[in-house]
Amino acid sequence: MPRKLTPWLLLIPFIALLWVPFYNRTQPTVAGFPFFYVWQFAWVVLAALLTWAVHRGWRG
Amino acid sequence: MTLPSGSGVRFDATALGVFAFFFLLVTVLGFFAARWRRGDLSQLHEWGLGGRRFGAFVTWFLLGGDLYTAYTLIAVPALVYAVGAYGFFAMPYTVFVYPIVFLTMPRLWNACRKHGWITSADFVEGRYGSRGLALAVAVTGVLATMPYIALQLVGLEKVFEAMGLGALGIGRETPLIIAFVILALYTYSSGLRAPALIAFVKDAMLYITVIAAVVVIPIKLGGYGAVFDTAEKAFAAKGGDTGILLKPDQYWSFATLALGSAFALFLYPHATTATLSADSPQTIRRNAVWLPAYSIMLGLVALLGYMALAAHVDVKDGSMAVPALINASFPPWFAGFCFAAIALGALVPAAIMSIGAANLFTRNIWRAYVNANLSNAQESRIAKNISLLVKFGALLAVLYLPTKFAIDLQLLGGIWMLQIFPAVICGLYTRWLRASALLLGWLAGMILGSALAYAQGLKPVYTFVFGDTHYGIYIGLLALAVNFVVSILATPVGARLKREARPDRTQSLDYHDAVPDR
Repeated sequence: MPRKLTPWLLLIPFIALLWVPFYNRTQPTVAGFPFFYVWQFAWVVLAALLTWAVHRGWRG
Repeated sequence: MTLPSGSGVRFDATALGVFAFFFLLVTVLGFFAARWRRGDLSQLHEWGLGGRRFGAFVTWFLLGGDLYTAYTLIAVPALVYAVGAYGFFAMPYTVFVYPIVFLTMPRLWNACRKHGWITSADFVEGRYGSRGLALAVAVTGVLATMPYIALQLVGLEKVFEAMGLGALGIGRETPLIIAFVILALYTYSSGLRAPALIAFVKDAMLYITVIAAVVVIPIKLGGYGAVFDTAEKAFAAKGGDTGILLKPDQYWSFATLALGSAFALFLYPHATTATLSADSPQTIRRNAVWLPAYSIMLGLVALLGYMALAAHVDVKDGSMAVPALINASFPPWFAGFCFAAIALGALVPAAIMSIGAANLFTRNIWRAYVNANLSNAQESRIAKNISLLVKFGALLAVLYLPTKFAIDLQLLGGIWMLQIFPAVICGLYTRWLRASALLLGWLAGMILGSALAYAQGLKPVYTFVFGDTHYGIYIGLLALAVNFVVSILATPVGARLKREARPDRTQSLDYHDAVPDR
């Protein structure tokens, strides 16, 4: 991916979590957790991974 | 199976002993910290920024210990206990924070390092050549921080209450005063090194507490599915805007609260102070990748609100939900350990907040307006005294004013902090907005934000109604929008009225890493 584009990846978590009606639901559940919670926990990890990717891309 | 319920208070000598042991341990650490990575503590950047020598590892503990405060640990589950899903806005909030930190804070660090600045107001003064705008930034920071320190004390108070210290007949004031005098003394003598060293102990204890709680308690309650089910039934019985999912009317307030809080967090002096104490911009970027580990913990802590419901912990004051749950679920020795972790969670941020406020006051109010000819040693001494003053102010506020006062002020504080966003964060990228216009925008945002919050009965959300649909918007963001509009419109007007000859002491290269990372 071109280096200049990578910082824009950081917009993805904002879209994923500001679009509240999309994840405000019970199904599917994971290990007893309603989807609302699964999605939020998942994005903590995914956002960190994206930040890491941008960090790597930055350094070339 | 259900857990025993009651007032949530349990007096136990073992719990108290364990608690006292850890408290004593960090007190010793706090004073010892003055010798750690030794520097000349009569220099403000040594006392107030730890000499800018903290690497990625120390910074991770320091920032984690700083941002996830005792108040957070008590208040987030308290909100979840009371209303459910809405309290989880703290999760998207902490997800949004770190990309913002990753992009903006290394630029601030670089510019500040280059010019020897130690506060965001220093940066604003150097960038815009405006003492007035720097004063606005400094005053905002100090005002927003004081009630935040007071709330750390409230967190401490809940812990003391849950340990049944009332039974000793020493009143609620004595333990608070003792804890705060100790905190004040080691912060005075060791500066930012004290909370940095204590943060190691605090964070380790907190992780142990949280992991134990989220493993052990659900097993007793029949698993997470059962926890969510019981919580859902409890909310159904309660009615209103509660539940384990959001009501459609809550979508906008949930999203805007998360977004606005994320924009505000790193404008707070305690966050800026801990960030600027890093040893390099790379340290800050690495931390933006690794700090989300704390966000996972925060989410798990928030779940304790549901566990308290599922365990039929019945407390009037939601702030007692977690302490009561700990008492109901753990043997006394481990409850003492957990309470110590939460109490240390109050002391680390309170120390950093008082240092951040002291840095601002000394540099951007005292030095700028009272005595410009301070020697470095005098400057450092004033900052130490101010840090004492700030903490005792907070202590008096908690002892003599209703708790609600501190909570309301802290809410306003978040709205106020957002109003320095255009000057500080936009200033990192462009100087197009003029200082006078930014000052006008700041004033508009401060007045509008405070007035709206006050008119709503000190609630953070203003609701617009279109037909049948309700759009609740975080007042801080509304005020920020007005702030931006005023700043942008006033800039060309100001340029026509008056040609400003304010020097910009930064160059574009100042914002980039001096040493490119390999």
